[in-house]
Amino acid sequence: MRYSALALLAEAFRGNAAREPVWREPEPKPAYDVVIVGGGGGGLATAYYLAKVHGLANVAVLEKGWLGSGNIGRNTTIIRSNYLLPGNIPFYEWSMKLWEGLEQDFNYNAMVSQRGVLNLYHSDAQRDAYARRGNAMRLHGVDAELLDRDGVRALAPFLDFENGRFPIRGGLLQRRGGTARHDAVAWGFARGADRRGVDLIQNCEVTGIRIEAGRVKGVETSRGFIGAGKVGLAVAGSTTKLADMAGLRLPIESHVLQAFVSEGLKPAIDCVVTFGSGHFYISQSDKGGLVFGGDLDGYNSYAQRGNLPTIEDVMECGMAIWPGLGRLRVLRHWGGVMDMTMDGSPIIDRTPVEGLYLNAGWCYGGFKATPASGWCFAHLIGRDEPHPAAAALRLDRFATGHVIDERGAGAQPNLQ
Amino acid sequence: MRIRCPHCGERDAQEFGYLGDATKRRPDGPGASAEAMFDYVYLRNNPAGPHREFWHHGAGCRTWLVVTRDTRTHEILAVADARAAAQGDGGDGR
Repeated sequence: MRYSALALLAEAFRGNAAREPVWREPEPKPAYDVVIVGGGGGGLATAYYLAKVHGLANVAVLEKGWLGSGNIGRNTTIIRSNYLLPGNIPFYEWSMKLWEGLEQDFNYNAMVSQRGVLNLYHSDAQRDAYARRGNAMRLHGVDAELLDRDGVRALAPFLDFENGRFPIRGGLLQRRGGTARHDAVAWGFARGADRRGVDLIQNCEVTGIRIEAGRVKGVETSRGFIGAGKVGLAVAGSTTKLADMAGLRLPIESHVLQAFVSEGLKPAIDCVVTFGSGHFYISQSDKGGLVFGGDLDGYNSYAQRGNLPTIEDVMECGMAIWPGLGRLRVLRHWGGVMDMTMDGSPIIDRTPVEGLYLNAGWCYGGFKATPASGWCFAHLIGRDEPHPAAAALRLDRFATGHVIDERGAGAQPNLQ
Repeated sequence: MRIRCPHCGERDAQEFGYLGDATKRRPDGPGASAEAMFDYVYLRNNPAGPHREFWHHGAGCRTWLVVTRDTRTHEILAVADARAAAQGDGGDGR
């Protein structure tokens, strides 16, 4: 069924009699042309674009839990393309462009809301750095505006402009940035892939990767062996576990990142705001809860939960720009496992194993990249050549010295 | 999460700074090959399970420690002075 206002109305009169599951639950076939491991945002988007753009429908997505049970359901839903470095900007801007047409494209309401992303600056030096970033963005055709204090005040009058330690001097605004409904993004890609013939196989954990003479032959799973001409890994925090099965060693550490939602409020903040003197970002969901987060906990972790010192740090950062937050109660918080690379940028590339492709290293910025991650990974798998927008996101860039170190932190994953 | 510092007793993890994987050894001097340096700087085993890692008791005795911690549960299995751990491993103690 194609979703539309008319279809909704017609279904209402029919008592939703024609309602059907949004995707099938197929049994795995003995073999596929392409097997994607990981039924999260990246894996589902890859399958969708493989079927839609590259005409490959003999594709399976294997997910050990339920679809969208990993980081696609655990993020803070922000979309933006306000990057600085040449290897990154074209990729994230391509993602932004895909976001802008996504709902029409996959016929699903992903609640994409271009409400603006505002990065606050608190010093002259930081203003200069933001001016440089804004200029880099504009040179790549991305929108960016440098606001002074009055400009920020017009957008968010409740911030603490006179804070003694972190006075707000202005901000860098990307109006096309914003938020999207994270689960609906996974569901929209899943539905679109399923309708084009992709098998979405849940509760199917990959336990081994079969390689013969340097070429991938398929995957061992909790539901038996599944043959595959090509295998794509899109498993975020579990990347190292899967890479170990193929004998690959990667420049990746898994770290835990926490996020928070407050009790529901009337509309209070209509854009995404980030703190410039610490790591903190906040927006308001359409349900009314304030959604916010900050730094990684900072130590290697596969536990999807963090510790109290980081929670305290996030709250302190929030209070530094918006003291009114102190009157709110936190409703819930959670953690997700991030595949942190050594330069803070992702990897979409072939591996030394023929037919095995890697989509990993999303650090804590994977959600905004979901459409382009899928688009470029599908291009790589479908045509066996890198997409121009992701050509710099190579696996061998660490060995050759072509790292894309956006933060300038060096090879310290917990500082990216 | 609390870490039992050999000198200060059990202290909150907030007092400690984290450096990372303690199993890596810097290849020796200018003679080290590019491959060995690449492995040292960039590649990580990143285990889901016990992980040996450097922590610094910066808000305490300022000693570098090697902590063995399960990355799936955050349970701390062992703590040792980094110097003692290095010498115990037959390392050079740097």
